[in-house]
Amino acid sequence: MRNWISIFICFAVIYLIRVLPLTLIRRPIRSRFLRSFLYYVPYVTLAVMTFPAIVEATTVPAAGVAALVVGIAAAWFNGSLLTVACTCCAVVFLLELIL
Amino acid sequence: MTIKNDHKTVFLEGVRDGIPIALGYFAVAFSLGIAARNAGLTVLQGLVASALCMASAGEYALFTLIGAGAAFLEVAVLSLITNARYFLMSCALSQKIDPRMRDYHRYIFGATVTDEIFGISVARPGYLDPVYNYGAMAVAIPGWSAGTALGIVMGNLLPGRVVSALSVALYGMFLAIIIPPLKKDRAVALCVITGFAGSWAAGVLPGVSALSAGTRTILLTVGLSSLAAVLFPIREDEDA
Repeated sequence: MRNWISIFICFAVIYLIRVLPLTLIRRPIRSRFLRSFLYYVPYVTLAVMTFPAIVEATTVPAAGVAALVVGIAAAWFNGSLLTVACTCCAVVFLLELIL
Repeated sequence: MTIKNDHKTVFLEGVRDGIPIALGYFAVAFSLGIAARNAGLTVLQGLVASALCMASAGEYALFTLIGAGAAFLEVAVLSLITNARYFLMSCALSQKIDPRMRDYHRYIFGATVTDEIFGISVARPGYLDPVYNYGAMAVAIPGWSAGTALGIVMGNLLPGRVVSALSVALYGMFLAIIIPPLKKDRAVALCVITGFAGSWAAGVLPGVSALSAGTRTILLTVGLSSLAAVLFPIREDEDA
């Protein structure tokens, strides 16, 4: 039951985030600080969630480190979401076969 | 434009553009399903969560919190934080919507704002026909939900090293979102580097490391983003 409530809370929050700008705010946000803050939020939060979690996710930590480095390189050269994700998986799979 | 698009044509264009997105979603959602499984979610819960939320980082945060037995307030706040970018995307899309568009379309259309659907939506010329997004979602939602459900079902049937390999897919996807923009924007580069460093430091520092991972994510995000907003306010080009 707790799981269902958490799922519903998450859905309600995400839905409001997505729909409110379309229904209520019909003009661009004025506050330069708020606009800047919102602009940086995804980068910070995704970075925080990626490291060191990627190193802790794999059986062999070194494989996670390699996935991070190769993933950054693949993303640097504008790999798509799918390309980068699969590259990281392949690196971990191959390294854990050897290590 | 010489071709007058009727709704059916536009819907099918949405389906066409949604297919590669759905395939990508399926692979990533599979690893999300493994995270959901580790957090103790049932297949139905994972399926429903994915169909409703359609958010990779947001759902990953949700599953992590559920696994940690987090408070509902923590779920609400972290959902707000991890999905704040959709607010900006919706703001941008609100400028691409015909002011005469019916309100009920806004309520449905809003639910279609994901990173990838946003990407193909802004690339459409002129006002957005919401039917285009419905077409894309008609294939993207099943791909995403089925991937999550299969990840939960198959997670324990797969060999350990396959699961270990798939568990980094999501982080790879996050990298694909945050790395390309940092080449052009030094402030974004600093956000990513300080995000990495701060996240690592918060995990080992005495006192701070006692806080839950969710709380640490919230504190770091609000702190570092505020700092970046003060130090590097974005340029105001588009509007007066």
